[in-house]
Amino acid sequence: MTDAFAGRFVSPAEPHDHASLSGDWFMAAVLAAPFLFAAVAYLAAAVVQSRRGTPWPLSRCGLWLAGITVAACGFVGPLAEAAHGSFRAHTLAHVLVGMAAPVLLVAAAPVTLALRTLSVVPARRLARLLRGPLGRIFGNPFVALVLNLGGLWVLHTTPLYELSQRSALVHLAVMAHFLVAGFLFTASVVPVDPAPHRSPLGVRAGVLLAAIAAHGMLAKLLAASPPTGVGSGEALAGAQLMFYAGDAVDLVLLVALGAEWYRSEGRRMRRAAHPITVRGGAT
Amino acid sequence: MTDTRATIHPFRARSFWAAFLLGIAVIAAIDEIVFHQLLQWHHFYDGETPAIGLLTDGLLHAGELAALVAGFFLVLDAHRRGEWSPPLAGAGFLTGLGFFQLWDGTINHKVLGLHQIRYDVDVLPYDIVWVSAAAVLLVAGLAWARQLGRREVTPG
Repeated sequence: MTDAFAGRFVSPAEPHDHASLSGDWFMAAVLAAPFLFAAVAYLAAAVVQSRRGTPWPLSRCGLWLAGITVAACGFVGPLAEAAHGSFRAHTLAHVLVGMAAPVLLVAAAPVTLALRTLSVVPARRLARLLRGPLGRIFGNPFVALVLNLGGLWVLHTTPLYELSQRSALVHLAVMAHFLVAGFLFTASVVPVDPAPHRSPLGVRAGVLLAAIAAHGMLAKLLAASPPTGVGSGEALAGAQLMFYAGDAVDLVLLVALGAEWYRSEGRRMRRAAHPITVRGGAT
Repeated sequence: MTDTRATIHPFRARSFWAAFLLGIAVIAAIDEIVFHQLLQWHHFYDGETPAIGLLTDGLLHAGELAALVAGFFLVLDAHRRGEWSPPLAGAGFLTGLGFFQLWDGTINHKVLGLHQIRYDVDVLPYDIVWVSAAAVLLVAGLAWARQLGRREVTPG
């Protein structure tokens, strides 16, 4: 089954002459280790929480495991192997690792779980990190937009893409960048964890719209002028996959922002209907 | 709270604008599904669109998606406030359909040259049908809203 899956993405015309990653069991284990560690650490923290009598939602555990699995697909296994050779598989890996996995991971609220579970000193350090300059810079949606879409543009409009197809290490670095930049972008636009430097809703919505527009434009540019070494038919198929699958993920983010507006508008209405008097005197 | 329902002007009504956004999203989706995917008259990328056209196209596409989601939450909000009015929403929906269709037929197709309705045929009759259909929808929506405003309709 995995062979058939991989076969759909590897064009037979293209010889696979570079070193295979997951053919080597040791390499596969090394690549899977960080994902296994992240899954185990999160679940262990959830168990600690339920032992303390403050159960962590099972749904969040499910989101985390799903996010880890989707992210790992771009690094190890049949899709990762196919992505290192086929443009269409590469595009699918980009949407899964850089867009879908971050949404699942952010929704799992890992920082909240860490803050609750860590002992006082490391928890304080983490909170200070979020409040400090690093949190301000990397929690800023504009910075995240540049890292995310900027990285994507550089990859696809310079020889970097071709290099990533030849070097396994560059390919891994590209996937890692997708994951980290995607996580920062999602967390800054739709914060679930505590975000001391959270931007106003309108700014976040504007950044999301800019990202959707830039992503759609890049997809069409790729169809128009494919990266070096990619045929025009394959480029069009990849570009369409990028465009429509990207839409599906972007729709989730838009709905999350809409729901946030709906809830805050509801709170405003309730306050207006039952004003709490601030300076004495009953209503 | 004062009851503003009976006197609200159609162009200030939440129902009108919520449905207007949904109208934009729906006509854009119909364009994409019927003409791009079923009839395949025009395409994902036509090979002639200039870069500035692609940028505008990306912004439009983002706007369509946002209109769909924003319209949906505005409908929920109007409902929650007891301001939901099907006739006002109907007028807004028609106006949204006509507005986007007209925009698409004039600005997108002709001014920006994003794509044409159909290739390898005389496109003029298609343009005429496209733009007049848009005008009919837009005028119908606006006329309906005006009539509702005159009656000072009570939503129910």
